[in-house]
Amino acid sequence: MPPAPDPLALRCENLHRYLGGGEGRVHVLRGVSFAARRGEVCAIVGPSGCGKSTLLYQLGLLDRPDDGQIWINGEQMSGADDGLRTAARSRHVGFVFQFHFLLLEFTALENVMLPMRKLGRLAPAAMEARATELLTAVGLGDKVRRAAAHLSGGEQQRVAVARALANEPSAILADEPTGNLDAKNSDLVFELLTSLARRNGQAVVMVTHNPEMAARCDAVRPMRDGQFIP
Amino acid sequence: MAAASPNLRIALRFLTSRKRAMAMSLTCITLGVGLFVITRATTSGFEGLFIRTMLGTNGAIRIEEKTQDVVGVMQADTGGPQSSNFKISNLEDRKFIHGIEEPELLMAAVRHFQNVTGVAAVLTGSRRVRNSFNEENGQVFGVELDDFLQVSDLGSQIVAGSLQSFRETPMGLLVGQVMANRLKLSPGDTVLIDADDGAVRFRVSAIYETGVNEIDRQRVYLHLAEARSLLRRPTGASLLQINLRDKDRAPADAFFISRTLGYSAISWQQRERSWLEVFRALKLSTLLTVMLFSLIAGIAMFNTLAMIAMEKTREIAILRSMGYTRRDIAAIFLWQASLVLAVGSGLGCLLGVGGTWAIATLPVRIRGIFATDTFIVAWSGWHYVEAVVMAAIMVMLASLLPARRAARLEPGDVIRGSAQ
Ligand SMILES: Nc1ncnc2c1ncn2[C@@H]1O[C@H](COP(=O)(O)OP(=O)(O)OP(=O)(O)O)[C@@H](O)[C@H]1O
Ligand SMILES: [Mg+2]
Repeated sequence: MPPAPDPLALRCENLHRYLGGGEGRVHVLRGVSFAARRGEVCAIVGPSGCGKSTLLYQLGLLDRPDDGQIWINGEQMSGADDGLRTAARSRHVGFVFQFHFLLLEFTALENVMLPMRKLGRLAPAAMEARATELLTAVGLGDKVRRAAAHLSGGEQQRVAVARALANEPSAILADEPTGNLDAKNSDLVFELLTSLARRNGQAVVMVTHNPEMAARCDAVRPMRDGQFIP
Repeated sequence: MAAASPNLRIALRFLTSRKRAMAMSLTCITLGVGLFVITRATTSGFEGLFIRTMLGTNGAIRIEEKTQDVVGVMQADTGGPQSSNFKISNLEDRKFIHGIEEPELLMAAVRHFQNVTGVAAVLTGSRRVRNSFNEENGQVFGVELDDFLQVSDLGSQIVAGSLQSFRETPMGLLVGQVMANRLKLSPGDTVLIDADDGAVRFRVSAIYETGVNEIDRQRVYLHLAEARSLLRRPTGASLLQINLRDKDRAPADAFFISRTLGYSAISWQQRERSWLEVFRALKLSTLLTVMLFSLIAGIAMFNTLAMIAMEKTREIAILRSMGYTRRDIAAIFLWQASLVLAVGSGLGCLLGVGGTWAIATLPVRIRGIFATDTFIVAWSGWHYVEAVVMAAIMVMLASLLPARRAARLEPGDVIRGSAQ
């Protein structure tokens, strides 16, 4: 009997993370506990430097905690080996970085196809169709063949959003996904993320400095000095 | 295999991001492979010609001495604690008797060996060769022409006159190019060869050239019967010259001939050891030079890949964040190395073919240990295999470290670092 899907796509308990070494060692995350439900959009807000990105990297399995635990779809990931964590990233996590991280020597389409190629779930033609569809959804239908290096900052960010959605992950972690966008495109990207999450039962965790946007989310978690404020 | 395709794709893009450095590595590999092939072709070309010349003049195996073990003398001496001492001294006390008493019997026995294709008896002796111009030290070689043609390349060494005229002239003589020049001889001329009582007149039937200076200056071929009367040796022979089907087996055949027939047979490898050593040293030294070049190619490759690994840390971290494993990252770098290696090897082999061909047309006149008027090259597919294998080892060694380094990157560290 397959286990009933965990209603929590993502969960962490008492995370601690120190950064830097020696004199400059900083206690960035000070016992963070957090859960992201499927089909819900959660906003993390807080002043610059409070540890939002650091937390997102932990949840996205890009960095290991010094203490505490992380579960993805109910599976313990904080102590897992690199192979398991990498596989979980491929299947369950879509990440939008704070600064648009595309592979600049590839086209927009190829960037979106990169995670799909690795996962290998779809046939090449289906991958291309899906990537085109996603790029069209973020308003880049006419620029799929353009090299990423020749896209504007906002366009690159939208490609990054499309790429995060590519493998239909259980959790989408977005670090200020609309930071570089004008009002119209901010709305477009926000709508895309939230509607998809609600329709496909994906959890979206979004860091944002935009109070209006935070207000439109299902939950808002304010953060300060490496901790959530109750 | 499904995972190999995206890695290869990424490798191709990464490669082209560093065009100049890649072109440099590619050039180094191409030159490394090409030069390796060319040096192998030329050194083995000359060595091959030397061996062919030497086999064509002095044969694969020669028998010049009879052996006689003097065992009885030694037995009084076996007081030593080691019995091995006895055997060694026994060998040292072997007696060697020059010449062959019953050449016909021995030849018949030698012909029984499977690998033997021909055997000829030769009667030799030193005599002065004179004419009105000059006087030279000659080495008389009395041979039965048809036997001797089976154990040498004399047939293809004639540069003037003809073997047919030698065959038809009982007092005919074959003289080497160098002696012919010194005595100003052409076919048809006569020379005098000193005998114990006066001198005998011979007619030059043909002039030969082996390229071996020592031979072309001294050796004169006579019919065996004339040599017998000139040298006053009515029976016996000075040596047997033997030709083999498989020349590389000469040491083993020589060993068995010696063991079974009681004569000491010397293989060409043993006889020409010093020259073969010279060629070996030459091959080694040129090979070392080429190895050095491949080392440079390896370093260039290492440099390029290390540079790409350093520049692409951000891209590597992104790939890792999307689910690409450490293995994938290492594979991307090994693919880059393999692609450069494949193209470099291909171009290098073309360079090798072209270079070898061009060198083969270069005029060089060499006389002394062989005769040639152009550069001698050997064409062998193995040279290309060796060159590519060597390049592959170098490139793979050079790419291991950058690949490992790239694979070990922690995506979190990189992204945090560049996010600042
Ligand atoms: N390598 C490091 N060594 C020491 N401290 C670091 C290092 N990297 C980040 N920090 C510190 O960790 C804290 C949290 O950084 P983080 O990037 O998570 O902040 P943030 O909440 O995402 O800020 P912003 O809203 O500006 O993106 C900051 O105070 C930062 O200075
Ligand atoms: Mg941040």
